[in-house]
Amino acid sequence: MNIHKQVTTTALLLMLFATIGAALVGFIYDHTYETIKQNERQALLNQLNNIVPASHYDNALLEDSFELAPDPLLGTTEPIAAYRAKKQGETIAVIFPAIAPNGYNGSIHLLVGIYRDGTVAGVRVIRHRETPGLGDAIEASRSDWITHFAGKSLGQPPGKQWKVKRDGGQFDQFTGATITPRAVVKSVHSALLYFAANKKILLKDEVVDKGAKDEKDVDAKDSHEEQKDAGSSSNTDESGS
Amino acid sequence: MNIEQQTIIKNGLWTNNVALVQLLGLCPLLAVTSTFINGLGLGVATLITLVLSNTFVSIIRHWTRPEVRIPIFILIIASIVTAIELAMNAWFYELFMILGIFIPLIVTNCSILARAESFASRNPVLDSALDGFMMGMGFLLVLILLGGLREVIGQGTLFSNANLMFGPGASAFELSLGDDYPGFLIAILPPGAFIGLGLLIAGKNSIERYRSKKVILVSAPTRPAEAPASS
Repeated sequence: MNIHKQVTTTALLLMLFATIGAALVGFIYDHTYETIKQNERQALLNQLNNIVPASHYDNALLEDSFELAPDPLLGTTEPIAAYRAKKQGETIAVIFPAIAPNGYNGSIHLLVGIYRDGTVAGVRVIRHRETPGLGDAIEASRSDWITHFAGKSLGQPPGKQWKVKRDGGQFDQFTGATITPRAVVKSVHSALLYFAANKKILLKDEVVDKGAKDEKDVDAKDSHEEQKDAGSSSNTDESGS
Repeated sequence: MNIEQQTIIKNGLWTNNVALVQLLGLCPLLAVTSTFINGLGLGVATLITLVLSNTFVSIIRHWTRPEVRIPIFILIIASIVTAIELAMNAWFYELFMILGIFIPLIVTNCSILARAESFASRNPVLDSALDGFMMGMGFLLVLILLGGLREVIGQGTLFSNANLMFGPGASAFELSLGDDYPGFLIAILPPGAFIGLGLLIAGKNSIERYRSKKVILVSAPTRPAEAPASS
């Protein structure tokens, strides 16, 4: 009997403290939830505005998001959010994530913005684990290297020049780090190929968007095939070099 | 201030310093001290956790039962750390992004459980809070010292990113050794943390040795009176 009583009080005691702890955490969560959500949206918006300046579009960028199916050209394995920047209903640029799988230390997550005409609006690194002081020069806060993608497109420079200088291309590498910029350049190039293959879906304007829900599936099929072509052509590119 | 409180202060900051003597909590210590501000951020979070957990543990010390005291301490510490994590996420978002995983990991900083078990569960509330504050202060000082050292040697700046903690105006706090400082990579990389901490410990030990020699030579008679305080 005595033991029973002891066990029960001990268990109740533990339960009491667990409840108090949970109540405290719940209370704080409730009071910080809104602010945290807002912070995350603001941080994301700042990042998007670094790629396409806020003065260039007039829609609520964060509301205008859509899901992109996984694609080897983007390096994605699950659906991922992309954003359309519009001016007076017309899509002027699209911003979507791309993952460079072959960084020096794991994959490098990028955000790539591409204007309607196929030129790069801007590229930013969201997440990476490259060596501090060497590979981390891909961050906009460390060097201006990443800004040099702006204005480039599939033809400018030509496909064979979409490489770091050491590989005979146009882009600078860093002292002591070639693998990192090589991975980023290749990923941005793939993103451009992806854009070229999926232009229809990516650039969908508001006017088209409203009436054409049915066309969507057809579009998706079409682009899938185009995309396959683009994929194989990029592969031959690789082996040719 | 009585002699006991003086002992608590001395223990936390020097004699029984968490990082330099007990060598506890080294994982976050080594990982985040690449700059002064990172060290300060983690240091303040750990300090607040220590004060709060010591206070609560001391308040409830007569109501717990020996069989479940450790789970209860952990529950208290985990709740406090989660609350701090949420608060930082809301009000110091960018700093939180940098410190990331090391804020929730404060729960596993054994110095906090160690203080709860060895001090707070046996002492009155005020002394426990003071002990938490001083232990946290000792940890914080080592964090900012190591962070400052690594930042100056590694990238030639001090107080960079101060705006993450003190608002936009604080960007002006940043000191620079000059733009042509080439940087010294190893200080920022993990080995730099180990080397830096090793030097700090060596420095503390040599200061102590120097002092104890002096005490014996100059004021040998007072030594016995001090002995209880330092043990």
